[in-house]
Amino acid sequence: MTAEKEEKGKYTTVSIPTPLAEKIKKRIEGTGFNSISSYVTYVLRELLANMEEEEEVFSKEDEEKIKERLRALGYLD
Amino acid sequence: MPAPHGGKLVYRVDKSIDTSGIPEIKIDEDMAKDVENIAYGVLSPLQGFMCRNDFENVLEHMRLENDVPWTIPIVFDIEGDLKEGDEVILSAEGGTKALFHIEDIYDYDKKAYAEKVFRTTDAAHPGVKKVMEMKPKLAGGKITLIQEGDERFKKYYLKPHETRILFREKGWREVVAFQTRNVPHMGHEYVQKTALTFVDGIFINPIIGKKKKGDFRDEVILKSYEALIENYYLKERAVMAILRTMMRYAGPREAIFHAIMRKNFGCTHFIVGRDHAGVGNYYGPYDAHEIFNEFPDLGITPIFFRSFFYCKKCGGVVNEKICPHDKEYHVYYSGTAIRKMLINGEIPPENMMRKEVAEIIMSYENPFVD
Repeated sequence: MTAEKEEKGKYTTVSIPTPLAEKIKKRIEGTGFNSISSYVTYVLRELLANMEEEEEVFSKEDEEKIKERLRALGYLD
Repeated sequence: MPAPHGGKLVYRVDKSIDTSGIPEIKIDEDMAKDVENIAYGVLSPLQGFMCRNDFENVLEHMRLENDVPWTIPIVFDIEGDLKEGDEVILSAEGGTKALFHIEDIYDYDKKAYAEKVFRTTDAAHPGVKKVMEMKPKLAGGKITLIQEGDERFKKYYLKPHETRILFREKGWREVVAFQTRNVPHMGHEYVQKTALTFVDGIFINPIIGKKKKGDFRDEVILKSYEALIENYYLKERAVMAILRTMMRYAGPREAIFHAIMRKNFGCTHFIVGRDHAGVGNYYGPYDAHEIFNEFPDLGITPIFFRSFFYCKKCGGVVNEKICPHDKEYHVYYSGTAIRKMLINGEIPPENMMRKEVAEIIMSYENPFVD
């Protein structure tokens, strides 16, 4: 597989309504976005980042130990 | 509080691993810091050194293979007869020990690495020099920390899982991080307090480690910040902890990297000044501001500062957006000038540096790195 094809494999096509694409086309004129795709990618990344949620790593018991250490070091009263 | 970068805080520590019979590779202190930072989640979501796909994506797109923003390669260079599937113990003089499971061994182009990350191949650039001196192949794979290295400033060595709990216990929802490699002058205090005004707490996070000749010693930086916080900050609004990492001097790319690490510590905002992580004239003074436009999904908000100075007419520290007076009234903060005064035994004027900070610095026979 050529490097170009490999790079292409990292992208996929998403369909959006033509009038929306036209609006985006107008919206990005004179901005740093060089294509509708780059704009849509930007907006979707922003949207998904705002939905990020944290997964818990530590148990309540571990957490208590951490608080004890923080108290011992003077970070917590 | 923001979710850790990539969604999950990494914690890869297992002190019970039996290392007998596993071959050992010696690593230097810079590499040992990367190892501990991976294990403790400072570099979440990385669980080890980058495999080829992540490495190449980072160079080309400033993202990991899974599209998570990432700008600096975290790699392990090797030579000799290691092969994929091997397990080795990484061992540093300072005591750091980790198990490294090698999943991928690959070739790389040093010139392309330097060009992409540092925007130059000039061997005079310290980051480029380091890349050019690297061994010929890279090895990627997960690491597990078995033993933490010695740390002179243990009191200040907090890990992301600790700072996240600390911020939560303090009731801080929004936290601004301030990175420093220097003793604080009035300009720094102005920047920190301006940002702090709009959030719940400030996380002062000096980078500790290898320094250039003439830089302030790590202990001087920490003691001078202790004096500043003790005398001029509300205890419930400021926390200081160290970050053990090497400077790459990758300018804009490193600014993003620095922001990501602070996001993992639980910060919501990150202060970015002029020529952040720059060296010489390799980057424009505000390149490290502009690069943030490319990352709508970074998950930490940069706070940009351009210039700040003391204005004799305003009677305080100001910036170009708020001071209407001519340059003749402005006194700029010069690290070199402050250093010169301190070397000559003079306390810098109050509009330059707090007396308590200057006294701490001057209490050291030699506050500078030889």
